Amino acid sequence: MASARSYTVKRFPWPLLVLLAALFVPALGSRFYTFLANDIIIWALFATSLNLLVGYTGLVSFGHAAYFGIGAYTTGILMKRAALPFLLAFPAAAVLAGAFALVFGTFCVRLTRIYFAMLTLAFAQIVWAICFKWNEVTGGEQGMPEVPYPDLAWMGSLPVLRDLRTSDHFYLLTVLLVALCLWILHRIVRSPFGRMLTTIRENAERAEFIGVHVRRYELAAFVLAGAFAGLAGGLFGIFNRGVFPDFAYWTKSSEVLIMTLLGGMGTFWGPSVGALALILLNQQIVSYTEYWPFVLGIILVVLLFGFPGGLAGAAELLGRRLSRPRRA
Amino acid sequence: MFLFLIAAGLSLIFGVLRVLNFAHGTFYMLGAYATFQLVQWLGVSGGRFWLTALGGALAIAALGGLVEWFLFRRLYGKDELYQLLFTYALALILGDTAKMLWGTQQKSVSRPPELTSAFHLFGATIPTYNLFIILLGPAIALTFWLVLQRTRVGRFIRAAALDRETLGALGINVDALYTGVFVLASFLGGLGGALISPMRAITPGMDTEVIVEAFVVVVIGGLGSFWGTFLGALIYGQVLSFGILFFPRFSIFAVFALMAAVLMVRPWGLLGRPLK
Repeated sequence: MASARSYTVKRFPWPLLVLLAALFVPALGSRFYTFLANDIIIWALFATSLNLLVGYTGLVSFGHAAYFGIGAYTTGILMKRAALPFLLAFPAAAVLAGAFALVFGTFCVRLTRIYFAMLTLAFAQIVWAICFKWNEVTGGEQGMPEVPYPDLAWMGSLPVLRDLRTSDHFYLLTVLLVALCLWILHRIVRSPFGRMLTTIRENAERAEFIGVHVRRYELAAFVLAGAFAGLAGGLFGIFNRGVFPDFAYWTKSSEVLIMTLLGGMGTFWGPSVGALALILLNQQIVSYTEYWPFVLGIILVVLLFGFPGGLAGAAELLGRRLSRPRRA
Repeated sequence: MFLFLIAAGLSLIFGVLRVLNFAHGTFYMLGAYATFQLVQWLGVSGGRFWLTALGGALAIAALGGLVEWFLFRRLYGKDELYQLLFTYALALILGDTAKMLWGTQQKSVSRPPELTSAFHLFGATIPTYNLFIILLGPAIALTFWLVLQRTRVGRFIRAAALDRETLGALGINVDALYTGVFVLASFLGGLGGALISPMRAITPGMDTEVIVEAFVVVVIGGLGSFWGTFLGALIYGQVLSFGILFFPRFSIFAVFALMAAVLMVRPWGLLGRPLK
């Protein structure tokens, strides 16, 4: 339909441009902008990992925060208690979150639709309950404050970056790591494996008929989504200067689900746009009123009734409307 | 036992409308606030408490009806995710509205004077009001079960849970029936909140707390199953209290573990029926 338009859009290296722009945020010199950008970028990775499940495979997980939380605690505990370097503690978040996703996912993918959502929620609440009560390891209700920054002295020794703060250095690291993760996720989605996930979303029965082991594919998607959520969590724990049990609470799961929906499910960049839009909006609105949940609820209702495709869907619709007269 | 009231409403909506209503906990909270407001105006003496509790529950029922009539019915047949998120949005909006109206301070309602006494049983002191709630739960359960089993409307509701289209083809106004079910479920939620108000402080945030509990109850017992919900509420209470007795720190964990275990073995719950 809109092939001419999407061609120009595709030819233009948008992701690279965004990456470059993101790298220049600390140059603005504002601690607040860097903080905001860092927040957005980590949530973008979290939302994109969820999109692999919800958008591409058609599995509605209501407990994705569990893996975010597990990743955050893994990196946090390893860096604070065991004083391991970031280079080890960060991949460990993916490994552990992925391992939990493998165990939980094995049970979850046997169920369909609403039962799947409920079991993911139940597992997430189990993770939350453990984080909340296991004082010796997770710090319990108080959480675990003062997770150290990774050692980024090498960045300070580079000529251009010398004048930046530690938080700026960490921000640059986050940008590069998230860009790498998103690139990998993009490759996964575009690979034959990713195509098969979309086939399963469209018609799981037919996929089964042509000889696809549907559950195994779904499980693989579940583990991958969990692992990347874990990475996002690992970064967030450091960014947030602490890890707290509410990272794994079900309201976090719904928050990331809303971002994914706002941006547009099933489109690759949709969730990132959703994270950007929601966090910026939150910043704006919180300065006017304390009733952010109220506004969020209204946005959600408008979205559900007016733009079920999210921002990406709305943009596509607009693009199609605009391109029609030209073709006629 | 009040948890049963709330869970029964949640289960009813799921059984008939096939929707998990996240806003149900908010209805419960609003029921408590509405009762508080009415008590402020009317007082609790001379049997007025019962009037205010009923008034609170009816107000919530009306609210539920409005929501269903104007918004919710547009989402039937759509993706579950949209329905789920709509009820979540509703919970956010209504929860914040309550915060705007009543503030973040704790509110409390005094017990009705008829039931302020307490009596002693096995060395423990039990307020009469709590005993009253314990007895009221099964009474309401029985009433609703009889309505569902023995009356014409009850038959329609059960039929709608099984096959909506056939029922519509038989000349039943299914839209009105759905609204009725939503109103009834909201009433149960509101009543739960109204009756709990003399026992617990009313605070914003009691909605998200209770919805998770009610959710666990219906999942264990079986979504859409009436006696299942009853059983689920009993099991939940036992696991939580014995859990606190034996492993004080892991009782919440035990509850969720039980929920997960039920979902793994019988996803439709102990007494539920699998969905087609």
